[in-house]
Amino acid sequence: MTPLVRNPRILRVVAPLAVGIALLALWQVLVTAYQVPKYLVPSPVLVAQTLVEDWGLLSKSLLVTLKITFFAFFAAVVVGTLVAFLFVQSRWIEMSLFPYAVLLQVTPIVAIAPLIIIWVKDTQTALTLCATIIAIFPIISNTTLGLRSVNPGLANLFRMNRATRMQTLVRLRIPSALPYFFGGLRIASGLALIGAVVAEFVAGTGGHGAGLAYQILQAGFQINIPRLFAALFLITVTGVLLFLLMVWLSRLALGNWHESELVPET
Amino acid sequence: MTPAMNTIADGGAVHAAGQSSSAAPVVEVLSVEKTYPNGTRALEPVDLTVRDGEFVTLLGPSGCGKSTLLKMIAGLAAPSDGRILWWRHGADAVGAPGRKLSMVFQEATLMPWARVHRNARLPLDLAGVERAAAGRAVSEALALVGLEKFSQSYPRELSGGMQMRVSIARSLVTEPNLLLMDEPFGALDEITRNRLDSDLLALWAKKRLTVMFVTHSIYEAVFLSTRVVVMSARPGRILREVAIDEPFPRGEAFRVSQQFAMYCRELSELLAVASASGASDD
Repeated sequence: MTPLVRNPRILRVVAPLAVGIALLALWQVLVTAYQVPKYLVPSPVLVAQTLVEDWGLLSKSLLVTLKITFFAFFAAVVVGTLVAFLFVQSRWIEMSLFPYAVLLQVTPIVAIAPLIIIWVKDTQTALTLCATIIAIFPIISNTTLGLRSVNPGLANLFRMNRATRMQTLVRLRIPSALPYFFGGLRIASGLALIGAVVAEFVAGTGGHGAGLAYQILQAGFQINIPRLFAALFLITVTGVLLFLLMVWLSRLALGNWHESELVPET
Repeated sequence: MTPAMNTIADGGAVHAAGQSSSAAPVVEVLSVEKTYPNGTRALEPVDLTVRDGEFVTLLGPSGCGKSTLLKMIAGLAAPSDGRILWWRHGADAVGAPGRKLSMVFQEATLMPWARVHRNARLPLDLAGVERAAAGRAVSEALALVGLEKFSQSYPRELSGGMQMRVSIARSLVTEPNLLLMDEPFGALDEITRNRLDSDLLALWAKKRLTVMFVTHSIYEAVFLSTRVVVMSARPGRILREVAIDEPFPRGEAFRVSQQFAMYCRELSELLAVASASGASDD
């Protein structure tokens, strides 16, 4: 084997890439060989062509979905973190409120989305709200867990040195919570996107503010399967990029010290 | 104590056991007992006085309440009954100049996200000490434990023994007068432990500290202490106090001496009695 292939870093990129290319090639070959009609399964080449031809339409929808995803994610992080801080203030607060946070998590968003869309006038806001509700739970539960996961020895040390509540929070609780928080962030980023898409499916609103979910619905009705695939592709890529962004952020914050981010030496 | 010891410049002789009875009390434990809310009696009424410059070790089987006693002296737990005095005052007096107390825990308990120098600086940061002064104190403390070259390292990059040294440096930055150590070297291998024990004795002499040390190692207790307090389990109580009347500094020669073996045997016999009373549990 060449040294290039043996390098684990390169291998980590090259290996999945090779699998992807091979699968795409297989897909193209099978579709062409068996002459599968494009309204059933379009070939990868056709999907790519559609992506380019319909870029004007799709990019606008992508922007809408991205906007909803980011706003929902942002709101989930801010509100979720604040709720977590509230929870750790006292066991009483957590005991009284945590079941309702769980309620938020277990209620299917598809079931309450129509209500929210009725109650909230602006569709974009309603969709963002739905996506936020879906994305917020992992932030709340992970950050709460993190803020509580303080090394008891360190907590004693802070007490012995008469640390104020604020000092303990900033110097001990928040750093201890970071690994958990970033774990929640990864899950929430994916959920925000799922929430944005699902909510739009339910709302089914078109016109100016049409997101990728609406394009998928429409393409399905019109049996424009290549466009459906192209929209699907954009959603997937968005999800992957979001995940990678979270991984990068997490490495930036924890890379120096936390076990989860340490690269094995051998 | 030999007359020659008095000439040791670093003050080692001041610490010798024979003189301590006249020194001022640093900690006075007065009929202190501890019962946990669930009814477990961790400590029967205990009386103990530790005087300035002493190195007192609490030795006993697990469950004898030695850690509990140390935690109460540290102010981390309250006695169920009885009183503790620090420098003949209540807890409020602790922390004033000349009445400072530090504790070293069973584990190094370092902040994994902070470099060594920031870990060591923590007590000063919490007290709001100005940066330059804190930096000087940290450099000095790290030099004392032989880690000046590692101030920029993260804890995970250090061995267990080195992490413990950081923990000790952190306890020294506030210039404490009383150092409480709760089985600090229990998790380390014997070779590392012996070296840290020797270094600790040197520190004790140089800084003129009063040390209260918890261990379940007879050898460690004899090597380090001016006085060993043997405790017994279930319920926890003080069985006997044994003065280790041997001169300082103590080197490797002491570990293999006749006297060392004698003290070990005496303590070992006491511990057999102590453990017998608690045998029902382990």
